[in-house]
Amino acid sequence: MYDGAVQSLIDELGRLPGIGPKSAQRIAFHILEASESDMIALADAITDVKTKIRLCEICFNVSEHKVCAICRDEHRDTGLMCVVEESQDVIAIERTRTYNGRYHVLGGAINPIGGIGPDQLRVRELLTRLQDESISEVILATNPNLEGEATATYLTRMLSPVGITLSRLASGLPVGGDLEYADEVTLGRAFEGRRKLGETL
Amino acid sequence: MKSLKKPLNKTPRKRSRGSGTYIAQSYRTHGIILRTYKLAEADRIIVVLTADHGQIRAVAKGVRRTTSKFGSTLEPFMHTRLQLVPRRGMDVIAQTETIHSYGMMLTNDYDTFGAASAMVETAEQLTRDDDGADGATQYRLLHGAIAALARRAAAPMMLLTSYLLRALTVAGWAPRFSECSRCGIEGTHNWLSEPMGGVVCDDCAPPQTTYVPDGVVLLLQALLVGEWPTVDQAQFADTRQATSFVAEYLQYHLEKNLQSLSVMDQG
Ligand SMILES: [Zn+2]
Ligand SMILES: [Zn+2]
Repeated sequence: MYDGAVQSLIDELGRLPGIGPKSAQRIAFHILEASESDMIALADAITDVKTKIRLCEICFNVSEHKVCAICRDEHRDTGLMCVVEESQDVIAIERTRTYNGRYHVLGGAINPIGGIGPDQLRVRELLTRLQDESISEVILATNPNLEGEATATYLTRMLSPVGITLSRLASGLPVGGDLEYADEVTLGRAFEGRRKLGETL
Repeated sequence: MKSLKKPLNKTPRKRSRGSGTYIAQSYRTHGIILRTYKLAEADRIIVVLTADHGQIRAVAKGVRRTTSKFGSTLEPFMHTRLQLVPRRGMDVIAQTETIHSYGMMLTNDYDTFGAASAMVETAEQLTRDDDGADGATQYRLLHGAIAALARRAAAPMMLLTSYLLRALTVAGWAPRFSECSRCGIEGTHNWLSEPMGGVVCDDCAPPQTTYVPDGVVLLLQALLVGEWPTVDQAQFADTRQATSFVAEYLQYHLEKNLQSLSVMDQG
């Protein structure tokens, strides 16, 4: 055990994902030895994201403003909407530079055992947007794993009667992974090769 | 088979480690993936109901990367062969191979997906603290039910309800629909009681017991033994009553609500 402040820093670091007790101790001592200005900058960056960042009130992507930069950008195609599980997926797709429409962040995927159903996701908000905005195509870019597929199946059943073109990312993505871990080239190709979904599902 | 390289180590996790030089021996098994939990980095914890080791929890490293060698083998509902390395805390999955690719066959229909979710959630609950022979029976039941869902053998809700009745029977909570659950007198009784464990006769029915039509009782009998021609001809109203009784009966014994059932009620 160390003195109060050092030990509580180790404890806090140890609660972060992927950081065990040994790493927590190593990082804590790195912070102690590093220059004061660098570490104050780190602390400020943490404070900033926790106080300034919120969710865009249109697409629910993380944003510093009420409406995010993507939703504010008039050069983007307002007729295209890409539905993703998390904000990290927006970043992954933006990196490919193959997509120029807008997004809708669901906040997760349907996982019945985990108690996550349509009511726990932003599905109602999606339907409202589809009624109010002039959207002609919705691209379902949920993860290429089982929960993501089931979410796409559910959304297809919900949205088919609305009369909007629905498409799903091409299955070039290996089944089982998460979008945020896909490389740009694969993800970009999946976007370009997206397939239209029929109404028979 | 005599050519087997290593004898199957039945309970490797419980072997004493003795001196520090002990090298963990890997073991092989196969089973149905029940559920997964996200871990740090791109890892997941995988919960499996195996054919011969009961329910196990193991770590799959890097499985969320789209380049992972595990691919879809560790997605829920998949029937997968596994090679595991015992570790203190939790075993680590070294290699996998798909035996039956049920997962993706179940996601292209939402009701089928919901039924499969409720099945694996029930199996997870019923085999959680079980090391005995029941685990193997529960595995066979679950595998059969998932396979039936995948080939669309009957309506998803009926397959689920039939599975729940049989899984509860294996767990020691056999419901009775052909004789009074309390006094044992045979015949078609129409009072249905969760605490009593099935139908009860006029004399045994406590106040507040639900009365159901003959169709519901006959359907419950058919679901318990898997008499599918009778199930296929059931009236819609009867299937609803039978389904909701079984869900209540299950949750009465588990002493908790099944998350999957409430999520599927959202529509
Ligand atoms: Zn936005
Ligand atoms: Zn009686």
